[in-house]
Amino acid sequence: MSEIPSELRFMASHEWIRVENDGTAYVGISDHAQSALGDLVYVELPEVGDTITAGDEAGVVESVKAASDIYAPLTGEVVAINEALNDNPELVNSDPYGDGWIYRIRMADPEELEDLLSAEEYAEQIEEEADDQAED
Amino acid sequence: MLIFERGQAGRRAVAQAPSTTDDLHDIPAALQRKQKPLLPEVGEMQVVRHYTNLSRKNFSIDTHFYPLGSCTMKYNPRGAHRAAMQAGFLGRHPLAHESISQGFLACLYELQEVLKGVTGMKGVSLTPMAGAQGEFAGVAMIRAYHEARKDHERKEILIPSAAHGTNPATAVMCGYKVREIPVNDEGDVDVDALRDAVGPQTAGLMMTNPSTCGVFERSVREIAEIVHAAGGLLYYDGANLNAILGKVRPGDMGFDVMHMNLHKTFATPHGGGGPGAGPVGVGERLLPYLPIPMVGKDEIEGKPRYRWLTEADIPQTIGRLSTFMGNAGVLLRAHYYASVLGREGLLRVGEFSTLNANYLMKKVQDAGFQLAYPKRRATHEFIITLNKQAKELHVSAMDFAKRILDYGYHAPTTYFPLLIPECWLIEPTETESRDELDGFVKAMVQIQAEAENNPELVRGAPYSQPVRRLDDVRAARELDLVWRPTAEQ
Repeated sequence: MSEIPSELRFMASHEWIRVENDGTAYVGISDHAQSALGDLVYVELPEVGDTITAGDEAGVVESVKAASDIYAPLTGEVVAINEALNDNPELVNSDPYGDGWIYRIRMADPEELEDLLSAEEYAEQIEEEADDQAED
Repeated sequence: MLIFERGQAGRRAVAQAPSTTDDLHDIPAALQRKQKPLLPEVGEMQVVRHYTNLSRKNFSIDTHFYPLGSCTMKYNPRGAHRAAMQAGFLGRHPLAHESISQGFLACLYELQEVLKGVTGMKGVSLTPMAGAQGEFAGVAMIRAYHEARKDHERKEILIPSAAHGTNPATAVMCGYKVREIPVNDEGDVDVDALRDAVGPQTAGLMMTNPSTCGVFERSVREIAEIVHAAGGLLYYDGANLNAILGKVRPGDMGFDVMHMNLHKTFATPHGGGGPGAGPVGVGERLLPYLPIPMVGKDEIEGKPRYRWLTEADIPQTIGRLSTFMGNAGVLLRAHYYASVLGREGLLRVGEFSTLNANYLMKKVQDAGFQLAYPKRRATHEFIITLNKQAKELHVSAMDFAKRILDYGYHAPTTYFPLLIPECWLIEPTETESRDELDGFVKAMVQIQAEAENNPELVRGAPYSQPVRRLDDVRAARELDLVWRPTAEQ
């Protein structure tokens, strides 16, 4: 079973969000997502200053198996990106909720947080997906 | 070993060296190179041995069963090569006058007609040089259509998640936003989700049918109605045309534009990146936008006369995609293939590729492997999932794929489509015999036994190939593509 920290919020498309006290939030991809993708070889980051809209593509993670879009969980301005991923994309594999964070956003509308999944709901979703596959 | 590493300063292949000295007086001095180009300095014998040894390492359809799903690796008939290699074709200059190119032009014209016939489209342009260029041309025509109608709000292309992997890239290249439409548990497009997604922003929908799930889209008529009612156009990705050849026509399913992969369905060689051929076909509405050149036919004194069609004939064309006609040699091979098979033969392509896939699917299922869509009939390909093996035995789909090389089979497509975990996409094609298919299942059963009794053996495969397991992660992270002489390194 993959790790799902209880203080985070999630998207159904496997991004996690950690809200800070200053109105910003960190975004990354979940342990489950990194494990499904396998060893990452490239991360395409957004640019600092980009304004992104919840639900839009904000970057790409690429493994030897697949390239996968990272969606923006929230609307706002990108205030920081994890440049360490340019040289070491494997940080997303080794520490998805820590050193493997992808970008940080200044939230335009904190109410959007309501639309995201709680850790519990996300865990349920992953379990359901696993059950679906087992039934087939 | 690279050919450069076999070289020695001053060594050369005398028999191949040019016998004339170069006269460069008409090239401006500023454009002449000052340094000698970096070329391998090798003798004729070394060259011959180097390339002969490399060719013996080929793992190809000519040497092995190659069930690479979604790629249609079928036999490339030798007769087609022989026909296309005739001196008249090989020696023809691309700018040769039409009057001395009638045979060549006739072949292309006939191929256009054959492709129109088997797809049910109203017009075909042969010029795209590969599937990707065909896709680009197809979506560029959709765009040209909307722009000509001043319908500028259509900025979105819908793509089902079971579409071919290149479709989103094509849509983005043509300036569109991509919206994904989910498929349901049986591999069909979620029609309700599609209904919610269409609107005045919809430029079109790109669809692969049969999809990469290896199943025929049963709601295709309904899908076409929904997209058309919203003012969008339907794009058919011909990646899996082999399954339906002669049976169902994209034109009859309601598609407005499509590309065909001649290197798949029409048995021309798959190169390592080319040359391929990706002709496009269109319905009535997109006829004015077809890429040039095309070939037209006039009657002069009761005799056919073929000629190139250009901007003068198709003023709204999206234009040229390459300098000349595309990959002419590939088109000639496809023309030969279609001519030799004829209408009835082409019908058997779809029947036998589907029969082979369903036979193999049943055998694989009976042998205990898990099908991704057990309730569906296969088209020309099908998916198994090795998720159970990965979880319980820690032997992955990739380990199975590497091991099957040791049994003399090319591995099927792995980890695609992305919807199915630990999957193999298996496409036997119509050119394999029953013995070959049975042998493949036997190898799978043996690997399953190995995975249960000696998993390390499978994880360490392959053992019989020129190289062992490659580190694909390191290869992708640390690109090393350009060879330089040691002194410069």
